[in-house]
Amino acid sequence: MPTNRRQFIRSLAALPLLAGPVRLLAAPAGGSARFVLVFLRGGYDAASLLIPYHSSDYYEARPTLALARPGSDLQAALPVDGDWALNPVLRESLYPLFQRRQLAFVPFAGTDDLSRSHFETQQSIELGLAAGGARDYRSGFLNRLAGVLGGQGAIAFTDQLPLVMSGPAAVPNVALRQVAKPGLSVRQSQIIAGMYRGSRLAGQVSEGFGMRDEVLKAFAEEMESSSRNAVSARGFELEARRIGKLMRERYRLGFVDVGGWDTHVSQGGNGGYLASRFDELGRGLAAFADEMGKAWDDTVVVVVSEFGRTFRENGSRGTDHGHGTVFWVLGGSVAGGRVAGEQVEVRRSTLLQDRDFPVLNDYRQVLGGLFQRQFGLSAEQLTKVFPGARSVDLELL
Amino acid sequence: MNPISVPQGRAMGRALVLVAAAAGLWLLAAPAGAAERGDRPQIDPVRLLDRLGWGATSSDMRQIAQLGVDRYIEAQLHPKPATLPGPVERQLAAMTLSQRPLAELVPELERQRKTVQAMTMSADKDVATAAYQKAATAIYREFASRMLLRSLYSPNQLQEQMAWFWANHFSVFQGKSGVMLGDYVDAAIRPRALGRFRDLLGATLRHPAMLRYLDNEQNVAGRINENYARELLELHTLGVDGGYSQQDVQELARVLTGVGINLTADAPKLKPELQSQYLRDGLFEFNPARHDYGDKVLLGQPLRGRGLAEVDEALDRLARHPATARFVCRKMARYFLAGDPSPALVEQMAATFLRSDGQVADTLRVLFRSSEFARSLGKQFKDPVHYVISAVRLAYDGRPILNTDPMIQWLIRMGQPLHGRQTPDGYPLYESAWTSPGQMTTRFEIASAIGNGRAGLFRGEADQGAEASAVPQLSDSLYFERMRGHLGEATRKALEQAGSPQEWNVFLLSSPEFMDR
Repeated sequence: MPTNRRQFIRSLAALPLLAGPVRLLAAPAGGSARFVLVFLRGGYDAASLLIPYHSSDYYEARPTLALARPGSDLQAALPVDGDWALNPVLRESLYPLFQRRQLAFVPFAGTDDLSRSHFETQQSIELGLAAGGARDYRSGFLNRLAGVLGGQGAIAFTDQLPLVMSGPAAVPNVALRQVAKPGLSVRQSQIIAGMYRGSRLAGQVSEGFGMRDEVLKAFAEEMESSSRNAVSARGFELEARRIGKLMRERYRLGFVDVGGWDTHVSQGGNGGYLASRFDELGRGLAAFADEMGKAWDDTVVVVVSEFGRTFRENGSRGTDHGHGTVFWVLGGSVAGGRVAGEQVEVRRSTLLQDRDFPVLNDYRQVLGGLFQRQFGLSAEQLTKVFPGARSVDLELL
Repeated sequence: MNPISVPQGRAMGRALVLVAAAAGLWLLAAPAGAAERGDRPQIDPVRLLDRLGWGATSSDMRQIAQLGVDRYIEAQLHPKPATLPGPVERQLAAMTLSQRPLAELVPELERQRKTVQAMTMSADKDVATAAYQKAATAIYREFASRMLLRSLYSPNQLQEQMAWFWANHFSVFQGKSGVMLGDYVDAAIRPRALGRFRDLLGATLRHPAMLRYLDNEQNVAGRINENYARELLELHTLGVDGGYSQQDVQELARVLTGVGINLTADAPKLKPELQSQYLRDGLFEFNPARHDYGDKVLLGQPLRGRGLAEVDEALDRLARHPATARFVCRKMARYFLAGDPSPALVEQMAATFLRSDGQVADTLRVLFRSSEFARSLGKQFKDPVHYVISAVRLAYDGRPILNTDPMIQWLIRMGQPLHGRQTPDGYPLYESAWTSPGQMTTRFEIASAIGNGRAGLFRGEADQGAEASAVPQLSDSLYFERMRGHLGEATRKALEQAGSPQEWNVFLLSSPEFMDR
């Protein structure tokens, strides 16, 4: 009998948990709180996500990119408070979450790195260190958070281990866009792992084999049934569902990045390039929330990007590199349905360097405050995650 | 360890001859290097081949034995035009990219793309979309395949590595540049890979792949697009700490206005006084009507607004800047060393770079003659591109493969597809970017595909039956005879446990020793 998507996902959830061969793969230990960081690489145009619809300067600065003020029109932005409105492409996916108060936005967020370089700023965020201090490339802040939480249960859903997850805690990575059957037998895998015993890569190799087996078991049914019973989700939505499954069953800290946000040219207003990226992302996050089931109540997802973009559109109907951006905070217990943090009226005169949004909510302070609430971190533990940072509690939980 | 015991006891006679040959060559090669450089640690020629090239093969080993280390390095720094094996030359010659100029191919495909885009939703649109995608994918495959075939079989191994290095330094993304990428490496980069840095900078600036990727085709007087200007300063020349400001980004963007692409057969209509300023070269176009002729200030120096000549002056200024010398030299040193280069070595290289007006070969010579370089041989982790190419070179030692598709797929799986980096910073050059758990298991899967001879590398499009003979004979290779002395106890034990020659291959290609070069 053909099953629909929802039943299919439920049946996956009912699979008995398989004991992984590697210690890391134990169920979340020490509490059920889960945190996922979603990194939008490329500096997404936050002013097209959260529209300052009260600002006439905004409409003047963006003749082709601005979205219509809230109104009855389906194309119009969705009001979230007296100042801000949401891109209407998220009407079906995330707006319901906002209305259920499970989604909040933090505008004017970011770092004090003013290089406006993608790579420099991504790196400084992932390292999570104070500006001006010596750069320590040995660990990212999620790896240090994993250490504080006992050194286990963190994972990156990426091809390469990102800087934010690099460091002393052994963190595996696995990209879930495609899941393939292995070409090596158990015996061969053991012999290969044996060659690395005692070498500098021993940890990575054994984690890698453990992770591979785990993923294969977790998705065995999906892999078999996908040929008979086409999975409706595609792209990031499918990946996000798979992430949800592994996070629900195994992990406390997760990371995934989503690229394609560097919109110097023709980023589009309603229904353009950027709108489809938001749509894809929104549907993915909604699918993730759905997949988490009851565990969603203990889960927080934060969506960040290295910076926002210029306030004015450029000559190519796109935007160039800016500064302050908007963070998204989602979760079953998030105190959402609002726009949180320090704010300033959006006018030409309040722009930083007459160019972009200022940063009023430092990411280390905001995330630090959130981690304190979510994981009950002590001040000392917090210092390990974000050295030298003062936490600011935006009461997001 | 008994130096002549051959695993599986196969091909004893041949291995003996090769061992003897290798030992003899070794004696000839080693003292030459040592005599010339008093303080430099002795260089193992095979390890040098693994570092200067994409993995040692028998013919490289013969060549270095003949020339000695230093003369080999000189020959690689100043290569003669490369002759590839006949079957490879034939594969390259048969490609669309070899037969039709990009200036003809790109407009045709762009027209096709626009037609598809303009179609309304229908079954016809789906068919047309699929046809366009097939054509565009075929061009990418050819592009990637050419890069891989040259890396596998060119005798100019250093030139090939530098072509890859610069293609990564001046990285463009195939998802955006698309078919314009066609001759990017062949036309803009490889011919200059060991020449002057300024020439590389100029050639990449005039290539449509770069102008499309970093949006400079959209950069117009009065409506500037900063993207290319910013990355030119940050990633191509000075480096992010090179001392430029946001103001410099904007001024350089003004300098670059009018530098773009023209895919039509027509020149734009221009006022008579601008016509002499117009330039067209293939798909490249400088359109004076789009250029900002105002004067500028770049890096604290005035720059007189006067069209394309001012672009060249700006590039001269950037290419000769000490920050560029240090930034580029540090990156080259990092590429050829294990770990970070010492500041002293970078300074020494930068001094040569500045003195020689950016001669890459002269600068690399300083690096290759340093004791830091000699000491790091055998200790650098291979990135996925290095791993894949060296594994195929070892497995088939000069026997031309017929199909590069599996290699292209492996690189995608390991997170380093050719020109698949979305962001213009190129792939990282440090080890930890490539050693994550997921990537290590993927390597072993690839080792298994190659070791079992089931990779599909000999499955030509029309030819399904050639796979049976593809199991490599790694235990017989001259390279293995040189490498065996470096194998650790655990690897030797694993090789002893192999139940078949195929499995033995898989273990060798999976070994920690084969991950380094």
